[in-house]
Amino acid sequence: MLSFLQYLISGLSLGSIYAIIALGYTMVYGIAKMLNFAHGDFIMIGSYVIFTVVTTLSGGSIPGLLVAIVCCTLIGVTTERIAYRPLRGAASPLAVLITAIGVSYFLENLALLVFGSDTKSFTPVVSWSGLVLADGKLRIQGVTIITIIVSIVILIALQTFVNKTREGQAMLAVAQDKGAATLMGINVNRTISITFAIGSALAAVAGALLCSAYPSLTPYTGAMPGIKAFVAAVLGGIGSIPGAMIGGLCLGIVEILSKTYISSQLSDAIVFGILIIVLLVRPTGILGKNIQEKV
Amino acid sequence: MKKGLSKTSLNQLITYGIVIAAYIILQALRSAGMMTSHLAGLLVPMTYYAIAAVALNFCVGILGELSLGHAGFMCVGAFSSAIFSNVFKETLPGGLRFFLAFVIGIAVAALFGFLIGIPVLRLKGDYLAIVTLAFGEIIKNVLNAVYLGKDSKGFHVSMTNSMALGMEEDGKVIINGAMGINGTPRDANFTIAVIVLLIVLFIVQNMINSRDGRAIMAIRDNRIAAESVGINITRYKMLAFTISAAMAGAAGVLFSHNISTLQSTSQYFGYNVSILILVYVVLGGIGSIRGSVIAACILYLLPEMLRSLNKYRMLIYAIVLIAMMIINWAPAAREMRERFFAKFRKEAV
Repeated sequence: MLSFLQYLISGLSLGSIYAIIALGYTMVYGIAKMLNFAHGDFIMIGSYVIFTVVTTLSGGSIPGLLVAIVCCTLIGVTTERIAYRPLRGAASPLAVLITAIGVSYFLENLALLVFGSDTKSFTPVVSWSGLVLADGKLRIQGVTIITIIVSIVILIALQTFVNKTREGQAMLAVAQDKGAATLMGINVNRTISITFAIGSALAAVAGALLCSAYPSLTPYTGAMPGIKAFVAAVLGGIGSIPGAMIGGLCLGIVEILSKTYISSQLSDAIVFGILIIVLLVRPTGILGKNIQEKV
Repeated sequence: MKKGLSKTSLNQLITYGIVIAAYIILQALRSAGMMTSHLAGLLVPMTYYAIAAVALNFCVGILGELSLGHAGFMCVGAFSSAIFSNVFKETLPGGLRFFLAFVIGIAVAALFGFLIGIPVLRLKGDYLAIVTLAFGEIIKNVLNAVYLGKDSKGFHVSMTNSMALGMEEDGKVIINGAMGINGTPRDANFTIAVIVLLIVLFIVQNMINSRDGRAIMAIRDNRIAAESVGINITRYKMLAFTISAAMAGAAGVLFSHNISTLQSTSQYFGYNVSILILVYVVLGGIGSIRGSVIAACILYLLPEMLRSLNKYRMLIYAIVLIAMMIINWAPAAREMRERFFAKFRKEAV
């Protein structure tokens, strides 16, 4: 029973990381209506920035995280400006998706060139060793607790931002109808830029937490978590902020439990199987809204 | 009308001509000893990447749906044909065995394409891309964990280890989990690969210029309009997707019969391979079958020719890919191009 609890907690921790990534995905998808395939690679870039600040410049974890947030925000906004914005309103819906894949490819190979293909061992951002409960039978790592707390704080902050501020309301308006939002005097380009900035900043935070929990860093570190976080966003209902949280947590728990009780090789297959089932049974996800296609 | 027809068939002939000419040149170079053995070893891989690129282009350019799971279809084709070849290694003569391996690999890949197509083709755009990626990864992961053996009583399958197969004394392990399939006869060579490429090209090009192909492209251009003129959307989408998967399976058959140990790893069958093939397709021109073949061959051989550029190769591909997408598809770029050509035309008059 205690070991099950232990696995459940590590599932929650992984799920919280997925949730933070999925929040970035879901905001960008909801507002810009595009799948930012490179989102996972923003995580990887953020982690490399922290790694460089901590190891090469010996600057400490917190400054490293701050620098990473700034870098990722800049990269996210620049990517949107250079690669995605020109393609807004392109005739083929595939154009922007393929471009996003190109950006992902670009970032991975850039990291390969700059940092090399060898695995870097990441110094965890959280140094707290954690709690020991039930006479040492239940050990909760510090990074696990911090991850869960951070994800809840981010969720509340984002919900407040979207529902209470003018910028947040502008995002909701753009998500609903770009043309009408423009007529209401909303600067659509600015709003989408802000969305990318927030999403990319969250990617940096997720990178720090991901690499603290699993401290090996390669240029491909972000790709798989990025795709799984998209699965989480779809599971929760794309475009919905609480949905991303629920989807992320569900996915993390399923992944850890299937790794433990079924097969470690098949856990990815099970996670992707969930995506397929969700899309077939309830394409709008757990909390998504149903939108009818119009001619 | 007749003139138009001959134009398309001329266009097709040019493609075959390029492939055959390239084949003759490369074979001549090889027999003249002007090719390192390393380079000669790249000829078959080059051809199956070209086949995979044609298959993916049929899906992306003609059907208009982005699949990121074609590596999965290659994987299915590779494994099914390798199992067949291993089982009949002693009992069937080489040529017939390889032909039947093709039939099986293609048929199994087509079956998977059909089965996966049923749920997947109800989706579109981003979702379709991600779900095909998911299916590809599932195929790869499952084949990585499966054990298959054969003895006098028939086949045994296990998901735990080779001991759990519970075989008789004479049993032989065919798929050894993550260790993959060992000892597949190396039946593939450059000539056969090029023949397969030509057959694939023949099928695709004739398909595109047929009634079916026009129906598929009509769905791509406007689904609702196509439906309203009576085109059966589901049927044609399934047809195109299944054919595309079958061709990827053919590439897989060549793959498995050109490698001594077939393993279901990300390096060979992960979604990164699907993305690499997509790079070939985009750089060759989405919808241009000839472009896919040329791009796949050049981009595959290029790093060997320009070793100094090898480090920057992927980075350059990525930049070119992004630039091409923006130049070809951005509304502003299209408008600019149209204005430029309009001016040009006026001057000509």
